[in-house]
Amino acid sequence: MAGAPSTSGAKTALILTAKRFASSLLTLFLVSLTIFVIAQLLPGDAAQEALGQSATPQQVAALRHEMGLDQPAPVRYVNWLTGMLSGDPGQSLVANMPVADVISTRLPNSLLLAALTALVAVPAALAIGIGSAMNRGGRIDRALNIATLSMVAVPEFLVATLAVLIFSVKLRWLPSIALASQDMDWSDYLRGVAMPVLSLSIVVIAQMARMTRAAVIDQMDRPYVEMALLKGVAPVRIVMKHIMPNAIAPIVNAMALSLSYLLGGAVIVETIFNYPGLASLMVNAVTSRDMPLLQACAMIFCAAYLILMLIADVTAILANPRLRAQ
Amino acid sequence: MIAGAFHRAMALSVSGKIGLALMLFWLLIALFGPMLAPYPVGAFVAYDVFDGSSAAHWLGSDYLGRDVLSRLLSGARYTVGLAAAAAMLASAAGTALALTAAVGGPKIDEPLSRFMDMLISIPSKIFSLVLVAAFGSSLPLLLLIAAITYVPGNYRIARALAVNLAQMDYVQVAKTRGEGRFHIATAEILPNMIHPLLADFGLRFVFIVLLLSGLSFLGLGVQPPDADLGSLVRENISGLGEGALAIIAPAVAIATLTVGVNLLIDALPGRSKGR
Repeated sequence: MAGAPSTSGAKTALILTAKRFASSLLTLFLVSLTIFVIAQLLPGDAAQEALGQSATPQQVAALRHEMGLDQPAPVRYVNWLTGMLSGDPGQSLVANMPVADVISTRLPNSLLLAALTALVAVPAALAIGIGSAMNRGGRIDRALNIATLSMVAVPEFLVATLAVLIFSVKLRWLPSIALASQDMDWSDYLRGVAMPVLSLSIVVIAQMARMTRAAVIDQMDRPYVEMALLKGVAPVRIVMKHIMPNAIAPIVNAMALSLSYLLGGAVIVETIFNYPGLASLMVNAVTSRDMPLLQACAMIFCAAYLILMLIADVTAILANPRLRAQ
Repeated sequence: MIAGAFHRAMALSVSGKIGLALMLFWLLIALFGPMLAPYPVGAFVAYDVFDGSSAAHWLGSDYLGRDVLSRLLSGARYTVGLAAAAAMLASAAGTALALTAAVGGPKIDEPLSRFMDMLISIPSKIFSLVLVAAFGSSLPLLLLIAAITYVPGNYRIARALAVNLAQMDYVQVAKTRGEGRFHIATAEILPNMIHPLLADFGLRFVFIVLLLSGLSFLGLGVQPPDADLGSLVRENISGLGEGALAIIAPAVAIATLTVGVNLLIDALPGRSKGR
């Protein structure tokens, strides 16, 4: 607030966005370093693990050399990082295939699951959030508050189990295992993913609705809303015409933050429904201690998380004149 | 002391009282549950697997014909105990680091905060999966992994509180008086941030219960023959297709625990601003 900024608002916003982008890249780099270091702490090494107890020391040494394990850690890190960047994160130890190939069969499934969940969750969360904000302090608002507060803390596997119990055991509408294969048509696919999407949506909707409500209520307390109220503008019109244009950025921010819950939730939901996605692949990688595969999956999840955080922050920068002037 | 606590409990909203009741219920189960169990935990006592509720087995039988209620009563101890210990460790470590940063000046604060910011940008489930893959999942390691995963979150909150308090006049007075950094951190700043930290401790507890039961559910958490509530869900997963009580009961148990604590935290004074 000390004097007028020397550059125009748009330019400042651009600079801030660029800075934020650069800091995301730096964070991603540090995250990769952390994941690499933790993965190196594995007792024993991958060559020994791959060959088993009966291998001769010569065989182990040969495989170590082939896998590049005989090089010092910094060299291995640089090799791994450049490999990741050029799309070749190494060889999966268990599947005995390039990690890139294993991941490329799973990644589209997970992206589709995430997209469908967002498609369900965003409108539902908007409706719940705005509805309960308009009813602030009323019965509906309090009931929705308790409901969303509870849903946030419910484990995904309870939601998934109850969904199976209701929709496939009692009603027999949906299959209890989600299979995704190339030769399925759309209606089969949608029936198959209905329950994973439903289970994932519940937690995301609850989180998103709470943040949407907070964003709308924050605007409701502003003088311009009081002015519109005093003019006699109808409540629905106030929300749609007056509040929404101002609340849209905090809401997009809330959406991006809540969608990051998908990353953790997917780990459980993909496993419980046997959905062939990236998260269940990562769980398999942990079980079989397939470190190259695990590292690559972890990096993809962290990158997705950072992208969502970046979107959240950039909308906040673009929307908030105070942030721009800083 | 007890009367004061009682008055405070009575001042809570209805949902807060429900939350408090649920939390106390699970605390008692964790302490005395195994003594109340009608059957030994590992004993095969029913002829049928995935039995429904009956007078002999209130929560039915599991995939091997064991009594679900008995297994649940002993599983709750692992879930509540591990999560409480891990949450305490996470809060203690996070707050200690935050206080160090707040009184230590920018030379300590800057690198520590950058490091925590970096850790916070790894989703917690993903981070704990990597840690489990690297270290394994014995009970002490699980406790440590859950604690490490949630230190950055506690640090962020505690640091924000501590940095604000460090600017206060009474802290400046204490500095001028010539008090040492340790005294300022523990005797001046810490007592004034205890309430928000307790609320944060409750949140960490909920997150850690969900994380640990999630890991156990994936088969990466508490290992047999020990079983927490998440392991109970996992071992009975073959009953999912028939909607067995053996899988619903432990899942509901986890939910009542986490929802209860969440409702209680939300009802605490000072947190009712619609967040």
